[in-house]
Amino acid sequence: MIPQPPSSAPPPPILDVRDVTVFRGDRLVLDGVSLSLFPGDAMILTGPNGAGKSTLLRTISGLRKPDGGTVDRQTEIAWLGHQDALKPGLTLTQNLALAAKLGKNQMNEVLEALDLAFLADLPARLLSSGQKRRAAFARVMLSGAELWLLDEPTVGLDVASIERLGAIMAEHRAKGGAMIVTTHVPLPLENTRSHELPSLANSEPLWLS
Amino acid sequence: MTAFLALIDRDLRMAYRFGADTLASLLFFILCGSLFPLALGPSPDLLRHMGPGIVWVCALLASLLPLDRLFGSELEDGSLDLLMLTGLPAYAVAFAKMIAHWLTTGLPLLIAAIPLGVMLGVKGTELPLLLLGLMLGTMCLSLLGGMAASVVLGARRGGVLLPLLVLPLATPVLIFGAASSYAGQLGTSSAAGFDLLGACLLAMLPLCPLAAGQGLKAAVG
Repeated sequence: MIPQPPSSAPPPPILDVRDVTVFRGDRLVLDGVSLSLFPGDAMILTGPNGAGKSTLLRTISGLRKPDGGTVDRQTEIAWLGHQDALKPGLTLTQNLALAAKLGKNQMNEVLEALDLAFLADLPARLLSSGQKRRAAFARVMLSGAELWLLDEPTVGLDVASIERLGAIMAEHRAKGGAMIVTTHVPLPLENTRSHELPSLANSEPLWLS
Repeated sequence: MTAFLALIDRDLRMAYRFGADTLASLLFFILCGSLFPLALGPSPDLLRHMGPGIVWVCALLASLLPLDRLFGSELEDGSLDLLMLTGLPAYAVAFAKMIAHWLTTGLPLLIAAIPLGVMLGVKGTELPLLLLGLMLGTMCLSLLGGMAASVVLGARRGGVLLPLLVLPLATPVLIFGAASSYAGQLGTSSAAGFDLLGACLLAMLPLCPLAAGQGLKAAVG
């Protein structure tokens, strides 16, 4: 009897978005968007302002429900919104305390990796915009979630910080993690997939169509 | 449960760090109560008779003060998105914030009610009734206030809408609470007032966080 080769079926996607449609008010923002993400994937969402990149991320995260279609997510997510969500009067460590308590990774290791350890006891109001962005990114790393949803992670970052972020992202992918990133600047990432969202800004309002 | 307690802990730490909100409520409560003797006259009998009612109205108004910031500041800086993604259901996030609101506003008001009550001439034997009623009442106000704050979240002029929503809904709490507090003075039983106040609390306990959770979902969606 001839031995059967081991099954080489591809792993199931950790995220499967099918025909997602989202309206904001009476405007169509996302029209039948479909995408899949597998472990190790990095997807760059591109498109003009107002194309619905952030809305798609919010829909995938579960912050808003799609008006049509399905989002099938098999894993936990880590979220980086376009706001840093830092309280100005709290120190960096105090700002990250909740994420550290609920996450899987150690605060000091994450702060070291992002070159923020020396700012740990400084109130967030004294941080520069780039440092605040890195602090917000620290929450993503603290979570230890497999799927990262990153909305403009490089805003305000200098070249060295973008390189550092690229290395952290590559390490996450090497461990089997995946990410969807919206960005307007090139990221130092290899083998990324791209998904362009068309602008529907000129589409007719719902009541006209 | 860990996330729920961590959320309350976070809010308590923030209230400790930004003590101004709690302090503003307390000062408003004391100042507002102190104005009544100036307007009504210094008659001890009159003030003693009106004391529990004054304390109740001042507590109701003072607990409204920090509501505007309860979810508003979290929405403005993006923290609400993160709170909604902690894995807790939306109603649990809202309930944790309501508990934190009571611990940072209701509880200090309860403590401040003692000197205010004494100042207005409420007798030592009547104070426990007043405080017990206020404890149940401020819990109700935190639940109602949290619900209203989440419903007006993201709405323009939400701060104006907030008291318009909360005050009518808080009327039964005020009536039953004041009735229970006056029992000592009138020599009647306070049981009915406490029963009705407790019934209000039990009704609000599941309903307000559920409604507030829907409000939060709508605000971040």
